[in-house]
Amino acid sequence: MDSFGDLMHGFAVVLSWHNFLYMLIGITLGVIIGVLPGLGGANGVAILLPLTFSMPPTSAIILLSCIYWGALFGGAITSILFNIPGEPWSVATTFDGHPMAQNGKAGEALTAAFTSSFVGALFAVIVITLAAPLVARFALQFGPAEMFSVFFLAFCSFVGMGKEPPAKTVASMMVGFALAAVGTDTVTGQLRLTFGSTQLLGGFDFLVAVIGLFGIGEILLTMEEGLSFKGKATGINPTVVWQTWKTLPRYWVTSLRACVIGCWMGITPAGATPASFMSYGIAKRASRNGDKFGTGEIEGVIAPETAAHAAGTSALLPMLALGVPGSPTAAVLLGGLMIWGLQPGPLLFVEQKDFVWGLIASMYLGNVVGLAVVLTMVPMFAAILRVPFGIIAPIILVICAIGAYTVHNNSFDVIMMLVFGIGGYFLKKCNYPLAPLVLAIVLGDKAEEAFRQSLLLSQGSVAVLWSSKLVTIIMSLGLLALFWPAVSAGLNRVLKPLFAR
Amino acid sequence: MSNPPDAPGSTGPRHRTIEMGVALFIMALGAITMFGSLSVGIGWAAEGPQSGFFPFYVGLMIVIASAINFLRASGIARGRQFAEWGQIAQVRKVVIPMAIYVAAVPWIGIYVASGLLIAGFMRWLGRYGWLMTVAIGVAMPILIYVTFETWFLVPLPKGPLEDLLGL
Repeated sequence: MDSFGDLMHGFAVVLSWHNFLYMLIGITLGVIIGVLPGLGGANGVAILLPLTFSMPPTSAIILLSCIYWGALFGGAITSILFNIPGEPWSVATTFDGHPMAQNGKAGEALTAAFTSSFVGALFAVIVITLAAPLVARFALQFGPAEMFSVFFLAFCSFVGMGKEPPAKTVASMMVGFALAAVGTDTVTGQLRLTFGSTQLLGGFDFLVAVIGLFGIGEILLTMEEGLSFKGKATGINPTVVWQTWKTLPRYWVTSLRACVIGCWMGITPAGATPASFMSYGIAKRASRNGDKFGTGEIEGVIAPETAAHAAGTSALLPMLALGVPGSPTAAVLLGGLMIWGLQPGPLLFVEQKDFVWGLIASMYLGNVVGLAVVLTMVPMFAAILRVPFGIIAPIILVICAIGAYTVHNNSFDVIMMLVFGIGGYFLKKCNYPLAPLVLAIVLGDKAEEAFRQSLLLSQGSVAVLWSSKLVTIIMSLGLLALFWPAVSAGLNRVLKPLFAR
Repeated sequence: MSNPPDAPGSTGPRHRTIEMGVALFIMALGAITMFGSLSVGIGWAAEGPQSGFFPFYVGLMIVIASAINFLRASGIARGRQFAEWGQIAQVRKVVIPMAIYVAAVPWIGIYVASGLLIAGFMRWLGRYGWLMTVAIGVAMPILIYVTFETWFLVPLPKGPLEDLLGL
């Protein structure tokens, strides 16, 4: 098998001592970031990205992707012990995780959550190992029209699959595209939408937007809610871990279903958060103990955690193979690739073998290391949350400001960060999704380029987007995703009477 | 966190008003985008679609989507609260110091500004004693200096104090 050899080569790249060290640092930082309010996966990676500009790309991506795994693990800790989801994708984990902690079974809940996360991630990495090279090879023959249709599909999925009202998703996404358009037009080199301001010549940087929207916005929301951390004791020890592990294989069906849901939702950019809710909902309906969900069922922890981690990990598949990220954090990593001088897209698998397979190998190792780190150091991480908000909040604000400044060594970016933060607070409160906005800022220029090049080829006819079989299929899938709520409602109306008989 | 919100049942701005305001604000962004695109040309030139072509339609979609959002927002029940005034006051307690901080960074440098922000927060929101406040307010900037300037070799903005110290 071709990719097996490549993978082994990847392990050889990762297993140098300094890359392993980056992995450990990344996981630990990631868990801390996941535990703290206002510092999430996307935001944490965005803040640290400028520090990696001088590192070799492989080490940099290992460090940053491990922060992401760490953040995925960390979200579960606060959900279970404090009933505060550190990350949006761990909201569903609070439903049964926190009741378990209240019943004195915090250790079991944490073990189940971490192990499920690990299983979900492992499943997704295997999917990536097997599928990503094939997808990339297939995508090598893509022209601009095909590329645009993939972007179209990705953005339509947000509108159709998201739980927010479609008009709000469209508005938020298009604001992202508009922000991406500010500055120099990448095709003609002309300046546009700067309105004479020299500060806007370079356009809006997505890193500053991410730090503001997710970091400052989150702190404002936390302030509004008036945080009071009342945590449960961790109570995790080797006996509890072992006892829990013995019971887990019983739930393999729940686990497998959650893996599949997670991978599906991660690859189509719906993301980890809806995946965790969907998995929880289906597990509740399918389980014999469904009516006990919400009172501390271990299955109610396994289902969302497995799906969230599978989605979070598999979001990297389209990012690596197509250059289309499946989640905000994947979008930030993609932005990192461009900064390190790598051209994201299918060619990555041909031209940057060390990088791609090093990253995939680090996903395997990173999750093993992550599981070991979180299982052994939970009490320490929980202690961080007991540091009063009065100290933690200003420190997070300062870290965000430094992160925004270091992107371009520009104080104006710090001002923009605050503006994005206040905007993020209002958007979040009014139920506008932020993920499409961020993805649009990152992908805006590329999507526009693909669109304009396709139009050039066809001399201005939009029919180019339906010119070949492949493009037609992807565009139609996009339209299907766009109108999915209407389509599924229609299907239900037609199919229900058929099954009722 | 130290100042609890006002008595339960306190009032606040209507959710409907804020949501309609947000929709209008986004619509204005869309209109600005369309206007800016028009000035660079939205048609077809020798090099293909002009620079304003793509953003113009992006702006148009923002305006249409916002119009829908605005109409839907006007249907929100008037009784629904956006947040209580006490909560808004909490948010303001972060936004105002942060705005001052952001404005001060280019003048006094990020280290002094950060120290003051952290100390100010601890003193007035966290109600810590002076000793603890000063200790953390001084220690954090030094820690940041060591991490960024010494370890990662990333220069951060400095002000008169750093000049005085010869850093």
